[in-house]
Amino acid sequence: MCLAVPGRVESIHDEQGTRMGRVNFGGVVKDVCLAYLPDLDVGDYTIVHVDFAISKIDEASAHETLRTFAELGLLDEGLAELRGEATDGGPTP
Amino acid sequence: MKHLAEYRDGDTARRLAAEIGRIVTRPWALMEVCGGQTHSIIRNGVDQLLPPEVELIHGPGCPVCVTPLETIDRALAIAARPGVIFCSFGDMLRVPGSRDNLFAVKARGADVRVVYSPLDAIALAKAHPDREVVFLAIGFETTAPANAMAVKLARQHGLANFSMLVSHVLVPPAIEAIMRSPGNRVSAFLAAGHVCSVMGTWQYPPLAERFRVPIVVTGFEPLDLLEGIRRTVAQLEAGRHEVENAYARVVTERGNEAAQRVIAEVFAPVDRAWRGIGVIPDSGWRLADAYRDFDAEIRFAVGDVTAVESPLCHSGEVLKGTLKPNQCPAFGRECTPRTPLGATMVSSEGACAAYYHAGRFVEPAIAGATHDAS
Repeated sequence: MCLAVPGRVESIHDEQGTRMGRVNFGGVVKDVCLAYLPDLDVGDYTIVHVDFAISKIDEASAHETLRTFAELGLLDEGLAELRGEATDGGPTP
Repeated sequence: MKHLAEYRDGDTARRLAAEIGRIVTRPWALMEVCGGQTHSIIRNGVDQLLPPEVELIHGPGCPVCVTPLETIDRALAIAARPGVIFCSFGDMLRVPGSRDNLFAVKARGADVRVVYSPLDAIALAKAHPDREVVFLAIGFETTAPANAMAVKLARQHGLANFSMLVSHVLVPPAIEAIMRSPGNRVSAFLAAGHVCSVMGTWQYPPLAERFRVPIVVTGFEPLDLLEGIRRTVAQLEAGRHEVENAYARVVTERGNEAAQRVIAEVFAPVDRAWRGIGVIPDSGWRLADAYRDFDAEIRFAVGDVTAVESPLCHSGEVLKGTLKPNQCPAFGRECTPRTPLGATMVSSEGACAAYYHAGRFVEPAIAGATHDAS
């Protein structure tokens, strides 16, 4: 039920006084109510639940989380090298 | 797809799981509150990556599962009325009431329609001014902004033929009820990321403090879940009990304040019965007095119903985390997704359905017991 999907805002329009937008979910474009995110701009990514945008995705936080994961990997491989072990798997994407 | 694929990498998942294994020293039971998280955990096998010390207990955060039987029976009574178009999210149609479900009522000729959004129900009310359009408004805080806006739009556009049967439920009172329940084994919570995207994280520090439990706001992709679990275990091992946000790209401390304002205008707190669990004080929302003219329960006078639950169904224990789905005697026997006894076997987010579809028919070993290294 609380499934919510990230999508990119393609355009913003007014529909009988309600702020609406076209949001692209990996190729599927839907009409979404943007009334709860008055600052959302075209090009922003947003989390959408039952056709309502409920949160703008913070790109800086997303980068920060991915950087933490990458460092965890580097640390892991670094420790393995220190121990003289081969790292398993190929290069991380 | 951006903001999804990055959080599904298998190598990183194994590294995060290995890190959790490195820091854990003794058994811990963590509850993921949200049914969407349960579904992702079981589908992606996140629990099978974890060290044996870390047990995930599946929480009551599946709105379809906890919608009280009385509400289902009221929905069935309204849907059967002539002139009604009854709209519901798809998951609700097979949820068993005392005698029937919405599919059976539809098969007998009622106009029951599956909608994806409450906006679809508003569109139906506009298109059919001669019919009563009733929307079954269930959900946690995540869905409340959408349902609240539908009521506001109905008033704005003068849709007197629109009404809602409301059964909204809230996460913080459920956490409190779980911590106070006898036999509780939960030592930390993964808080539901999308609930917090609406409500923020400000409601949780008093709970973490009062019950001395870590509460870590967590997302839904495998890496989000593992990162939430890693941070929770780190807190438990260090003897800390704080609110942390492991889903910061979506969740802020204050949440969506525009949505919170509309929710406060349209809904009012109410004691709510949770199916299988019982009444939890102030654990739900009903329509506020200013919007009672859109309340289907009043409009159709279906307040008085007597509900009868299946005696074989143990969904209440599953929802409280004291019983794993495959420990229920009826699991996979009398109760399957085709013949569900309880709502937890119906919803795609119900723990019983998640276990059934993933083929988890064998009772799991208890965390902390002797495990073979694997």
